[in-house]
Amino acid sequence: MTAITPTASSPSLLARARAWLRDSQIPPVYGILVIIFIAAILLDAVFGIDDQLFIFNQTILTNILVRSVALGIVAVGQTFVMLGASIDLSVAYMISVTAVGASYLMAGDPGRVWWTVLVLFGVGLLVGLVNGLLVGRLKINALIATLGIGLILRGLLNATFENFAGSVPASFQSFAYDTIGPLPISVLVLFLVVLAGWFVLRRTKYGAHLYAVGGSEEVARLSGLRTGRVLVVAHMICSATAVLTGLFVVSRLRAGAPWVGTDGLYDLESIAATVIGGTALSGGKGGVWGTLAGVLIFSILDTMFNQIGIDAYMKQILRGAIIILAVGFYTFRSRAEQG
Amino acid sequence: MAESFLTEATTTTTAAPPPPAAPAADIAPVLAVQGISKQFPGVLALDNVSVEFYPGEVHAVVGENGAGKSTLMKVLAGAYRPDSGTILFDGAPVVFNHPSEAQRAGISIIYQEFNLLPERTVMENIFLGREPHRMGLIDYGKLEENTRAVLKRLEAENLISPTTVLGTLSVAQQQVVEIAKALSYDAKVLIMDEPTAALASQEVAVLTTLVRRLQARGIAVIFISHRLIEVFELAQRVTVLKDGQKVGTALTKELSMGKVVEMMVGRVLSDYFPERARPEDIGEVALRLRGAGNEALRDIDLELRAGEIVGVAGLQGSGRTALAQAIFGVEPFRAGAMEIDGRPQLFHTPRQAIRNRFGYVTEDRKHEGLTLKQPINDNIMLTLRSLQRKLTRAFRNGTGGDRDLALELAQRVDVRAPSMEREVQFLSGGNQQKVVLAKWLATGASVLIFDEPTRGIDVEAKASIHERIRELARAGAAVLMISSELPEVIGMSDRIIVMWDGTIAGHLPAGSSEAEIMHLATGQSELRVTSDE
Repeated sequence: MTAITPTASSPSLLARARAWLRDSQIPPVYGILVIIFIAAILLDAVFGIDDQLFIFNQTILTNILVRSVALGIVAVGQTFVMLGASIDLSVAYMISVTAVGASYLMAGDPGRVWWTVLVLFGVGLLVGLVNGLLVGRLKINALIATLGIGLILRGLLNATFENFAGSVPASFQSFAYDTIGPLPISVLVLFLVVLAGWFVLRRTKYGAHLYAVGGSEEVARLSGLRTGRVLVVAHMICSATAVLTGLFVVSRLRAGAPWVGTDGLYDLESIAATVIGGTALSGGKGGVWGTLAGVLIFSILDTMFNQIGIDAYMKQILRGAIIILAVGFYTFRSRAEQG
Repeated sequence: MAESFLTEATTTTTAAPPPPAAPAADIAPVLAVQGISKQFPGVLALDNVSVEFYPGEVHAVVGENGAGKSTLMKVLAGAYRPDSGTILFDGAPVVFNHPSEAQRAGISIIYQEFNLLPERTVMENIFLGREPHRMGLIDYGKLEENTRAVLKRLEAENLISPTTVLGTLSVAQQQVVEIAKALSYDAKVLIMDEPTAALASQEVAVLTTLVRRLQARGIAVIFISHRLIEVFELAQRVTVLKDGQKVGTALTKELSMGKVVEMMVGRVLSDYFPERARPEDIGEVALRLRGAGNEALRDIDLELRAGEIVGVAGLQGSGRTALAQAIFGVEPFRAGAMEIDGRPQLFHTPRQAIRNRFGYVTEDRKHEGLTLKQPINDNIMLTLRSLQRKLTRAFRNGTGGDRDLALELAQRVDVRAPSMEREVQFLSGGNQQKVVLAKWLATGASVLIFDEPTRGIDVEAKASIHERIRELARAGAAVLMISSELPEVIGMSDRIIVMWDGTIAGHLPAGSSEAEIMHLATGQSELRVTSDE
């Protein structure tokens, strides 16, 4: 990774750069991000289907960021639960519920936006509460508990709605389409969510306790932490981020359908982005900046695939391969560090 | 039987516990249990036990595995609620529903497996759950300051930095962090479960100093230990438990080790160690190392003969375990030569070693030696099955044939369990170790490496393990036995090698003294080199 540091012209510089990177606490995934970015430029230069390199195309660059928003917001929440050694498979269904709920409740009326948003966050926090209680209090395996809740949400949704229902008012769509100067509002929101996540994890008692619960629930319990409560809060945060992602999705689509969340693969991809970002599946280690890089990697790959005209199925194969490569790289790296 | 060892102090509160922290006759116990019983399914773990603990005393609780020591500690620390009986803290009856309640009241416990987070810093560990904060935000400056203050009370402020990530510290340093954590709760009572088990001898000295400092602060230190030498060095009083009942509490200065063992096992253990090998029992060189080394080792010259037990002594980090792992192909040698039965052969993987009839009983049987959730017979057959080339044979044997073999091996090493289907996680440490032993017997291993074969195992099972190891040697196996317990090395070995700083510091004959071993183990020039050849 350090090999691509531009200043590394002599071995001593290289070594110094290596040491600096090690001490800087920059998640190693940023190395992968840089590599993939460079690879994308090279591939685009050789195989690109249009003349312009995407790196010089502001629309495409912005598009990479916007593409990251939906997955990025929910992945921050997923990072929280995974740091607590839990997982949330219900986020995709929660996103569907939010998208459908928003377009149905708002019904194109700008006057209904705010209370609809409040109601949806309320629903999200309630779902997170249930997830958290099942995992944190009743000690039901998180995979099963959250999958079960997700299936219940899907059932409720499919029983009530079959297709696109209602629509959000044009004013609400500014969330997805408006910009402040060159910066899309949605990208700003993603950045704020990541920043807030970082702040909570690194600066607050709650963050320290979440790392403790994920690191060892037994240690946390014996230190007098209410481990169940810590997990409940993490799940509520996670579901709330799913709601925010759902709102962004519906604001882009103008109307929600029951399949928008699951078709977007937000459950598995948020987990994959979090793991690629360096958060341990076993919990207690990692953070939201790494997750952001994981999400950006996905977006850059998607953009690159579009630029060089790879078909949708091939895309999936390549994505899968890259997830495995990235996680394999970590395993290799941490083994090398220990040895 | 053991009544004669009881002092007045245990039966009446008027008599004084001993010096150096001798409280006056009117000093009240800080913590006392009266008539505590605790029933588990199938076992009465504690049966009407009463003990008193005084401020400033070091009180050891000893007993075989299953005697009820750990249960008693957990009752004191609030992890278990007793079925009957009272706990008096500062003279008043208390009920703890959760360890954190006991901890806040001033009773801290340090378990054998540390309750620390390796990914977090020292200060975050010590003040976990009690971080100084303003409106939910951690005040890191104050956190560091408070941590320094606590470390200072242990005079360890120069030893450990508050901002170090815990996982980078040594085991001994982590233990200091654990003690600092306990101290930060203003503990009046500190309970330690096998505090020396993971420490090398020189680290035990550090712990001893720390315990004395705690004692000087008037803290009652209660500890469980299997190492009687340390019990006698550290403790003023000792309580012996057996089968959930208290055998007695006595001043250590009025007891001998032999008597404590007698109280623990209920009989006299006349002979701790089996007889050594006679010269005619010792055969050909089974393993020879010449100038062998890797990242952790250098210049290892060693010969191991069939029929002998070679003890490996050395401090933690001296390369003892690295040597075992290098021979066995876990972290292979990168330099020098290794010969097996006279032909050059280096193992690059454990599988290769096992194929060549090597066996390795690791120091961490729970993680490296056993699959805890599997039954006894599957554990015993694990390695053998993996060696069988033909899948069909493995299947056929899996149903009938090798169950009989597993049973036979289990009987040979005297595994005590209600059924071969019992998951090994429910066995005592001694029985678990016997299962590991049986696993290597199954492969017919002819060179066996033992790393801490009796760590955390009670006295009686220990003797049984020792006997089994000697039997293996008598049957022609070459045995390399690593141990931190010098009496074990001295008692078991036909020859002793002492390691220091990644190499062999010297060879000693059978029956060398602890002083001779420690001299070499602490890196002082070779005291004397005896000729093996």
